[in-house]
Amino acid sequence: MPKRRRDLQGLGLAMLNRIAGSPALEKLHLQKPAEQALFQASRTGFKVASLAGRPLQTVRKLLEPARLEQQRHEGLFDLSLSDEQTMLVESLRRFADERLRNSSADAESHSEVSEETWNAAMELGLCQMAVPEALGGAGSERSPVTSALITEALAWGDMGQALALLAPVSVAHALADWGNAEQQLHYLSAFAQESPPDAALALLEPTALYDPERPGCRGRAQDGGWLVSGEKSLVPLGPFAQILILSADLEGLGPRLILLEGDANGLHCRKEPAMGLRAASLGRLKLKEVTISAGAIIGDENTLAQAVALARLGWCALAIGCAQAVLDYVGPYANERQAFGEPISHRQGVAFTIADMAIEIEAMRLLLWRAAARAEQGMEYRREALLAYRFCADKAMQIGSNGVQMLGGHDFVKEHPVERWYRDLRATGLFEGGLLL
Amino acid sequence: MIYLEEPKKFRVLIHQARQVATEVFRPNSRKYDRAEHAYPRELDMLSALMDGMNQGGSRDAGAAGLSRASAGDGKIVNGANLSTVLGLIELCWGDVGLALSLPRQGLGNAAIAAVATEKQKRALAHCWAAMAITEPGCGSDSAAIRTTARKDGEDYVINGEKIFVTAGERCDHVVVWASLDPQLGRAAIKSFVVSKDNPGIRVARLEHKLGIRASDTATLVLENCRVPASALLGNPEIDTRKGFGGVMQTFDNTRPVVAAMAIGVARAALERCRELLADAGLDVGYDMQRWRVPAAIARYHELEAEWEAARLLTLRAAWMADNGQPNSLQASMCKAKAGRVGTQVTLHCAELCGSLGYSEDELLEKWARDAKILDIFEGTQQIQLLIIARRLLGKSSAELK
Repeated sequence: MPKRRRDLQGLGLAMLNRIAGSPALEKLHLQKPAEQALFQASRTGFKVASLAGRPLQTVRKLLEPARLEQQRHEGLFDLSLSDEQTMLVESLRRFADERLRNSSADAESHSEVSEETWNAAMELGLCQMAVPEALGGAGSERSPVTSALITEALAWGDMGQALALLAPVSVAHALADWGNAEQQLHYLSAFAQESPPDAALALLEPTALYDPERPGCRGRAQDGGWLVSGEKSLVPLGPFAQILILSADLEGLGPRLILLEGDANGLHCRKEPAMGLRAASLGRLKLKEVTISAGAIIGDENTLAQAVALARLGWCALAIGCAQAVLDYVGPYANERQAFGEPISHRQGVAFTIADMAIEIEAMRLLLWRAAARAEQGMEYRREALLAYRFCADKAMQIGSNGVQMLGGHDFVKEHPVERWYRDLRATGLFEGGLLL
Repeated sequence: MIYLEEPKKFRVLIHQARQVATEVFRPNSRKYDRAEHAYPRELDMLSALMDGMNQGGSRDAGAAGLSRASAGDGKIVNGANLSTVLGLIELCWGDVGLALSLPRQGLGNAAIAAVATEKQKRALAHCWAAMAITEPGCGSDSAAIRTTARKDGEDYVINGEKIFVTAGERCDHVVVWASLDPQLGRAAIKSFVVSKDNPGIRVARLEHKLGIRASDTATLVLENCRVPASALLGNPEIDTRKGFGGVMQTFDNTRPVVAAMAIGVARAALERCRELLADAGLDVGYDMQRWRVPAAIARYHELEAEWEAARLLTLRAAWMADNGQPNSLQASMCKAKAGRVGTQVTLHCAELCGSLGYSEDELLEKWARDAKILDIFEGTQQIQLLIIARRLLGKSSAELK
């Protein structure tokens, strides 16, 4: 485990230290519950952390889960961003430009986001925005569109690092959307802390023709709970994730999302390096009779399908950011690069390829925005999500390939970043989960 | 706030257009495909109805309503550009050839709306104006126009030949592109509104075509055609620095309109194809699993995604015009995408439906023929790509040829 990451115990102890002398606790008669929680939480620090961080709200909210508000539109076709969205995109784009773009080669070779970049990203409050205010976060409205904008902006800088950074944010979204009060109390409020936990949504499995709604990961019923066995593939932050939400087919219930802590008995993870997205620290999870109780189940029988759809939209957003990076890179290159006595951009074969990239990227974005906006409005969005995903998968691969083609041999030998984007973009269309909007 | 659904305020208009498409266009679709050059009388009745529609739901829908909004108070506008595009998608779902023959909805009307002065607009309020640009010696390179407009006293005298004029026979006015001075290139090209009553203009021939046979495509000859100075649209001065801007500005508004036509035809094909697939035992669903669906369904999804992409690009270009945002690039993008998607979708739907896709018993073969023109007129695919590439790469037409 990398040293920058505090483990659960550490987090809990840090919180304990902070609340131990708090006069507020005693005054609010929360000393006892807090101590009890501490006592019971022999292994997990989160129970402490959440109780300690926001004693008043959490106790109050214990009976019903906290959800983010749904957005309401005015019924007009509208492509304009809100002022908040514009500001957010601008600041994230700057972060992507200054931090992610510059560190992408390093992050790839170390298969990890550096501590410095990680902390800088978390200071932006990405996780806090996903946590409802009632649980100590800064989130008020649930907006998959805003998530799409955030994801695209980060992926423009580096798709692999963006995936790593957004993995915990996505788990926070899942808990905010579907978690029950107890799950939120124990886990979600931790994402509002200064240093959110490493967490990931693991849906993909190592099999061809994988259908994310029929996971091969299975839970055998036993003693009112389940013994879960199976494998999950290419899990971002897998090797050190502290919280995992994964899909499993539970005997008697069918396919569900379940929550596991990273050090659960029977859960093993190894590094699983892949063609691209190496900065996301991809890992292969192996579950061998991991015991879960009904309390580990997230949401209901419809939740997995929603998670798959929102995850696919997340992949669209990643692909759009990265594809835009390709376009922004090859355009100036084609103007500078001389052949036959003039810039290669003076040739239709080159210029039309670039024009097509631009058209398809715009279309990818609009398809994503439509689906995300429908999700945001609580409208049916399966069709739109499927079409967006399908379209983005095709075009992302094509744009990655054409990007390298525009640079020719110079990029094949890693002089330019486009060869990495080629590898990263290929993930679109084959990935499931990992992040969600 | 991002929201990309059809606005509620246009529901009535869309519904009306759909009624026209279903009750008038579809029943006559094959009839006028076979009887090329026959005048679709049913449309006269319709145009009266359209006038009523324009006074109802959305006053300025249709070609004449297309104009650029001025950037206002920051409020989002869903206006004439968007409603026209949405209405036209419905009409062209019915029949694109008949939609092109709708009285007073010509591309010339759109040109007048885009560049005419208020006075000209009033004078031409109820005209049906065709658009005459192409010549035997020039197609996409409109700058090579040979038709001349010579100043003679207070009048202009126009001479030349125009081909491929949509509704050239049925219209009552023609917007003619002509050069004030062929030596001066693009900047000297101006557009003139010529009345068909003018003795100097005549229809020389009607074309036989691959598709949109319900729409007449005429060759017009102008011989010493004398028009008053007020017939010139826009600025009469030759400003060599501004170049082509004046006449080309029209295209920013009309390209989304032609893109909408492609979207309408393609949707007709997708919907019929879906019904025929269902008859054959395959229901198009939107299940998450991608790899175990039948190949026909996978292909259908692919076509539907391409169609949706074209549609959203087109609505965006129209929305930008409604909101006073410059949209030349987006107008070309939607035209390029919708043009190729229209052909791709209709041809593939024909394939998916087998003999039914090819036989005249169904309209699928007709839609595949109709769609092709939409990737050609109002700027071909290749011209759109040139425009887009030049803008993205900052190239002149001399550099990127």
